[in-house]
Amino acid sequence: MITAMPSKPVPEPTPESRPYWQGLAEGRLVLQRCADCGRVRHYPRPLCDACHSFAADWVEASGAATLHSWTVAHHPYHPAFRAELPYVLATADLAEGVRLVAQLRGAAVLRLGLPLRIGFEPAGEGLVLPVLRPAG
Amino acid sequence: MTLGGKAAVTGIGETDYTRDAGGRGVLTLQLEASLAAIADAGLRPAEIDGIVMPIGLGATVAEDFVTNLGIPDLRFSTTTPLGGAGAVAAVQCAAAAVAAGLCRHVLLPLGRTGRTGSRIGARIHQMPQFRTVGEFEAPVGALAPAQYYAPMARRHMELFGTTSRQLAEIAVTTRQHAILNGNATMTAPMTIEDHQASRMIADPLRLLDCSLESDGAAAVVVSKADAAGDLRQPRVLLTGLAEGHPDSPSTITQRPDMTRLGLAKAAPRAFAMAGVTPADIDVAEIYDCFTYIVLCQLEDLGFCGKGEGGAFVEGGALGLGGRLPVNTHGGLLSQSHMAGMNHVVELVRQLRGQAGRAQVADAEVGLVTGYGDLGDGTIAIMARA
Ligand SMILES: [Zn+2]
Repeated sequence: MITAMPSKPVPEPTPESRPYWQGLAEGRLVLQRCADCGRVRHYPRPLCDACHSFAADWVEASGAATLHSWTVAHHPYHPAFRAELPYVLATADLAEGVRLVAQLRGAAVLRLGLPLRIGFEPAGEGLVLPVLRPAG
Repeated sequence: MTLGGKAAVTGIGETDYTRDAGGRGVLTLQLEASLAAIADAGLRPAEIDGIVMPIGLGATVAEDFVTNLGIPDLRFSTTTPLGGAGAVAAVQCAAAAVAAGLCRHVLLPLGRTGRTGSRIGARIHQMPQFRTVGEFEAPVGALAPAQYYAPMARRHMELFGTTSRQLAEIAVTTRQHAILNGNATMTAPMTIEDHQASRMIADPLRLLDCSLESDGAAAVVVSKADAAGDLRQPRVLLTGLAEGHPDSPSTITQRPDMTRLGLAKAAPRAFAMAGVTPADIDVAEIYDCFTYIVLCQLEDLGFCGKGEGGAFVEGGALGLGGRLPVNTHGGLLSQSHMAGMNHVVELVRQLRGQAGRAQVADAEVGLVTGYGDLGDGTIAIMARA
């Protein structure tokens, strides 16, 4: 008998977040920006909390980031991630002033402020996820 | 008008706490604890006229209690779905309801089959609080509370030099208290070395930094303060109550300061309402889903400054006879994960002088906190009348 491997959780995009996931699928990290006051916000949502404008456009992130904090995942909370354990989940400060969570690969030493670069990895079924690596 | 002193906790009840409730369902467990709490108060079930359901998720509703307890006239019901902050939020809500004259005796039942039912990694993604992280963080492999909270602990360690051995102090002391409690799941002695040898779950959180998955139920009755005087037990007044939400409440990732919880906003309001300061607190029952969350709350409550929690907990400071006895029942870490309702029950016991071998001598003023995903805070300060 073949038991199907449970698949990884996949995002269910909302009207506000669809351009974010679309951007990743094209290998670009795009961030929502208030079309009225210019504030960049993440994660995508309907309203600018600074000026309460619903109008938003999208800007491409530069790809520059620094390490804000991290954890190393050891326990298999989800069978689909078991083969990847242990993996580093990094919280990164982006140059645009918001943060991103992604797996961090190839870092020998972890420390606050570590310079990082954003990359992209296909995750199957058209989904592309951001990934972080040490810069330079 | 202030809410402080207008309401009292008049009844407490618990089931046995286990890792397998032997086929009893959530409603049955909650009804057992509810009957115990109502009897403890010296009330009849028919006198309950309010119900506040903490958490909300979990299959039971106020109507189930009307039906099973035979409540003839339920005048007030609501839910406080704040995750682990929900039990203390329910206490605040019940106090407000009785103070406003909507009802007189409010039942707060909380129960779960967290061990034999669905487990945490699956359960949380049914909660609306996790919708944002579910969309943006779960796909990259951040799936469970330990993985969401570990970066808070890691940043605290990097900024302030907090160590895993300091987190171990919290786990070890909490276990010592569980051993004194007659109704705790984990009763084997634990050393700091045991903690250090336990397997890594989400670095820096080890297995013994994590709370239990439990089956059981706890309930309390909150009554109008003037009604409480006619009842069976010594009066325990609710003198300070508050709720606070952290910045960026839906995701820790985007929080400007991830070492500060919603409790940092709530605590000063509760202390002001109660007219006391941290120095007046004789015993504290602090929500302990993870050891680090206790350490962070000690700072946010003002027992020490931000970054000083590691030093504060060293040397058995949280034990009986220590500078601040904390989680005298064994907490979520070692007694049972009743989402903090067991903390409310224990604080009432302490202030009545009914805490048995874990009794803090002359405990007159204490506090209980709740911590809900992903950082909501609640606090109740209570005093022996
Ligand atoms: Zn704006």
